[in-house]
Parts: sequence; structure tokens; C-alpha cells
Amino acid sequence: MSALGDILHRGRHVAGHHPYPRVEVDAAGWEDAAFQTADGRCTLLSLWGEVDGVHMALAGPDAMEIAVISLPCAGGRFPSVGQHHPPAIRLERSIRDLYGLEPQGAIDERPWLDHGRWGRRRPLGAATSDAGSGEAYDFLPVEGDSLHQIPVGPVHAGIIEPGHFRFTANGETVVRLEQRLGYVHKGLDGLMQGADLGRAAKLAGRASGDSTVAYATAFAQAVEAALGIAVPPRAQWLRALMIELERLANHLGDIGAICNDASFALMLAHCGILRERVLRAAAAAFDHRLMMDRVIPGGVAVDLASEGAAQFRALLAEIRARFPALVELYDDTTSLQDRTVGTGRLDPALARQFGAGGFVGRAAGRGFDARSLAAPLPYAELGFKPVTRSEGDVNARVWVRIDEVNHSLALIERLLDGVPMGEIAAALPSVAEPREGLALVEGFRGDVLAWLRIGADGRIARCHLRDPSWFQWPLLEAVIEGNIVADFPLCNKSFNCSYSGHDL
Amino acid sequence: MSKLLLQALILPPVTEPAPKPAADALAEIAAKVDAAAKRRLGRSLSIREVDAGSCNGCELEIHALSNAFYDLERFGLRFVASPRHADVLLVTGPVTRNMREALERTWRATPDPKWVVAVGDCAADCGLFAGSYAVAGGVSAVVPVDLHIRGCPPSPIRLLEGLLALLES
Ligand code: SF4
Repeated sequence: MSALGDILHRGRHVAGHHPYPRVEVDAAGWEDAAFQTADGRCTLLSLWGEVDGVHMALAGPDAMEIAVISLPCAGGRFPSVGQHHPPAIRLERSIRDLYGLEPQGAIDERPWLDHGRWGRRRPLGAATSDAGSGEAYDFLPVEGDSLHQIPVGPVHAGIIEPGHFRFTANGETVVRLEQRLGYVHKGLDGLMQGADLGRAAKLAGRASGDSTVAYATAFAQAVEAALGIAVPPRAQWLRALMIELERLANHLGDIGAICNDASFALMLAHCGILRERVLRAAAAAFDHRLMMDRVIPGGVAVDLASEGAAQFRALLAEIRARFPALVELYDDTTSLQDRTVGTGRLDPALARQFGAGGFVGRAAGRGFDARSLAAPLPYAELGFKPVTRSEGDVNARVWVRIDEVNHSLALIERLLDGVPMGEIAAALPSVAEPREGLALVEGFRGDVLAWLRIGADGRIARCHLRDPSWFQWPLLEAVIEGNIVADFPLCNKSFNCSYSGHDL
Repeated sequence: MSKLLLQALILPPVTEPAPKPAADALAEIAAKVDAAAKRRLGRSLSIREVDAGSCNGCELEIHALSNAFYDLERFGLRFVASPRHADVLLVTGPVTRNMREALERTWRATPDPKWVVAVGDCAADCGLFAGSYAVAGGVSAVVPVDLHIRGCPPSPIRLLEGLLALLES
């Protein structure tokens, strides 16, 4: 029996959780799951809390097997997973900040999302009020000769999201980077509680604006799994179309922006034109440039008219005509290659340990791509194959994006050719008892996880959204070590982690 | 590369004609801009973007202002890296409690005369995030706002209209 199968076998099965099983375990079972994960027999997909318990989502080695393990926390405590498995540390610190549940044995007891400014502690658990005037953060001590520190942020020099980076450098070389995040914490989990499905879907679509379609789809799929409804095939195809358009736009933007951070502005100018064309075609077909609120629980909100499809075909033709010359330019410009090759190299073992998704994982040999999971999205019918590289450097992350742009172009064409006719949304039934659902959807940045419980009143009782950035941010700290400070923007852009998606 | 550069010389530009400044934005700003300040700045503004809690959707569209279609710099508008070099703060997001102080400090670091433009529905009234324990309010709850540009996110054209109104007033 697989490690995950074994854990499931010993737990108590919880009814009404779809499409993957959920089991309740005791503290020993929880620790066992943590050990199996630390030993690499399972991948941690997420870890989250609620008032009286904690949950972790795990995947078997090939991700064909997925399950949720739950531990009721009667005494307000749970055995720390992070003490055995570092990728869990920040998630655990967040559970403590929001719900006040104590991870016992935790190595890092500092708050994470809570900066002491909310005017209350444990806002989603047994809340108490406080002054909210903020508190100093204990950065990790760094000792050694000739070291100096460079604090950056939360307000950065470019048009980007806020976060704080504390560099310790020896001359030009970075010895350690420590991140402090949480600045854009908007209280998403709290806003979700009690929201009706329509409002909750909109909130999910604003967890990270650049991945709005992926989030809205993950949320919708989790709702549909929970309620047991079948979404019309046409809606599934249109969702996949929007997801691929979102990927295309973001990858094009990223390729240009990464080159721009290596002072090669020409790529940004050309990629920026192609990105804008994607957004304009999306606006023409779906009436929103980023396609926000176009995916709804039950299906999609707008149908694709034949003029819209024609726009997309013209878009494909244009990108196919122009993109190869840009790829050639990237590949042939030695001054650019000099910056990207060998820079910010991610160890494949770390990528595996952290379950790094998206271009971060796939550029370092981790082949996981949530598009390979079985239905409901029609990727199996489209002949989808994940793209992987093994070098793990900035260059490999650029190439994964280039290959995925090309692959998305092919997928979009097949989606346009094959999209079935019919309804675009199914009605949502009302429920008499609580229902739970989980979904994993591959956005441009990696796999977005949505877990939710719908109460007997038909509203969201708890919704947890896990951005791929949770497992990518810590790796950025690792890859920058030994690189020069001046290469940080390049490494950072090649990761392009979400602040909002992470800070919630 | 030479081929690409040559094509760029020969092919017509993709840049859009300038939009008319939005009438409502003009009215909002006209009341607030001091003529003397305008004389001093001429028709050029340096903009510092501050994300005070956005979902990053607004940032994507602000970025788009610099692409070849909208080409913000032709209007004398440009993004700068420091608030100390800025005339305008372009602020997005509901202001989170965790970002409030950073926004206040950025505002104080910006020399007078200065304007604040609040971008997006969240920046106006917190949008869907209204009522959260983690949100301090719209931008005007923290720093004085001269102009609101609505939308979720506002399209680059709407952003341009708003910013041009700031110049023309
Ligand atoms: S206005 Fe919309 S796009 Fe802008 S930050 Fe708010 S939710 Fe995101």
C-alpha cells in the first residue's frame, strides 16, 4: 500500500468531501503523515486551520493520489509539521496568527501574517483586541566578518507589490536573504466566511489578480465537487480556453520583464505588444481584459461568439508570426545569456521537497503540472504534455515559459476547433447538510488549490485558497545565496511570486 | 536583432491616438489643482506607484500604460523609482492595516506640490474587501486623494484619461 493509502486506511473517513477522500486522524496519525511527507513519500499540497482543527492536503509521489488529513484540535494545539518538513513552517505560522492554534514543537515561533497592526489577535479564532500599533520583527541573526545588510521594501522601486527583503551581503555577494511578507494581507479567509457563493467566487478571483481565471476556476470546481453538479462540457472548454489565455498573457509579460531586468528593454517592448494583443482579444470576446468574474460556480458567465473565436484565431496567427523571432533574439544575445545562464540555480531536490509548482518546479526537473490530473478540464482530450527542464536557473525558467507559450498556442487552437456546443452553466442545487470540495488548477504560476466547506445554509463556512507562491517564495531565498545583489531583480522576476496570493 | 530593429523602423507604430481627458475626472481635479503649481511643473509629471494592498490586477493595467500602445511617456508622464522624485502618487488597493504606515511614510517623503491618484474600486471604497479586520479603508482614509479612477481594474485607456485630466486641468 502507498504511504498515503496507509495513512488513509488508518484514519476515520469523513463523508461529503469530494472528489478526493478526507480522513480524520489522531495526533499520532498526524505526526505520521508529517514524517511520511518529510521523507518524501508524500508532497505537502497545503496546510490550513479553522477554529477547532487543522487540515493538510497531501499528494502521492506521482500526484495521482490526493487526500486531506484532518486533526481536531481540542486543546488548541497540534503537532508541528514544520519541525519535520520546512515547507510547512510559514503555513503553520499563519494558522497561529489567524486562528491561535499552537503548532507544538515549531522551530520558528515568530508571527508571519500578523504584524501587530490589526487591532486584534487571532482574528478568526478566539479574538482579543490590542493596540494595533505594530511590532518589531526579529530578523534572523547573521554573524561573520565584513557582512552588511541591505533592507528593501515594503515599498519597492518598480510597479510591483509590497514586501520586505533583508539582504545580508559580503561585498557584492548575497550571504542570506530573509523575506518578510504579509503586507497585503486583506483578510480573505475572514471575508469568505459566511459569503454567498456568488460573492465568494468574486473574492476568490481577486486573491491574485494575475491568476484570476485560475482562482475562479479552482473555486468553482471545489464548489461543484462539493455540490455534486456536472458542468456542461462547453463551459469546461471555455474555462480551459481562458486559463490558457491567462497563461499566454502572463508568460509573454514575464519573458519581456525578465529580459528587461537584465537591461534588455527591446524584449519587453516586443513582448509587451503581444501581451496587449492577448488582453484585447480577451476583452473583445469575454468583455474583460483579465477575464475577471467570467468563470462562475456552475459554468462560465459569458459565451464565446463566433466573432470572439475569430479574434483568437487572428491572435494565434500574429503571435506565431512574431514570437519565433523574439525567441531567436533571446537565444542569440550573448550579453543576455550571460546574465540568465547559471544565475539563481534551484537545486532539484529542494524543488521536490517544497513541491514547487509552475515554471519554478518545472525548470528544476519537477514535472508536476495540475493540467495532467484527470478531468474535469478537458486537457486529456487536448493532448497536453508538461514541459520540463533540469538546469533550474533563470534561463531554464525563461525557457519553460517559452515552451509553454508555444504549447498554449497549440492548446488554444485545439480548444477553438473542438469546443462543443451547448449550455454554458448548470444551476446550483441547494443543500441540506454541509458539503466539502477540493480542487487543484494549474494557473500560469503553478497549481492553485481551493478547499471549501459549504454550510447547510448554502454559504461558505470555510474557504482556503493556497497560492503556488507559498512554496516558491522560500526557494527564492535559497537560490539567491551566493549570487550578487545586482542579480536579485532578475532572479525575483524569474520566480514572479505573488504577494497578494500569498498574503491573503 | 538587426532584422527586428529594421522592422520596427519600417512598420507603422501601434501606438493609439491620445484619448480625450475624462470629463468627470477633469471636474474633480480642476477644483483642486493650484495654477501656480501647474506653471511650475509644466506639462510633465513624475509618478510613483504604491501598491497599498491591491490584488495586483490594477498593477497589471498600470504596467500596460508603458507598452507601445499607450506609451505614457509621450505625454510627459513617467514612472520614477522614489517618492522623493515624484509629483504624483498612484495608489492602488484597499489600504491594508499592514501597509498603512508605509503609505503614510511614502506620502510624507514626496515633496510638495503633490497629488494623489487612487486607482481602482478598492482604492476608492475597499471594493469587495470592505469590512475586513485587516483593511484600514480606501486611500482617502489614509492620505488626501485628488483624483479617483474607478474600475476593477480600470483599463489603460481609463487610466490615461484620468492622468491626462491631471495634466490639462
Ligand atoms: S480594484 Fe479590482 S483589480 Fe484593482 S486591486 Fe481591487 S480587486 Fe484588484
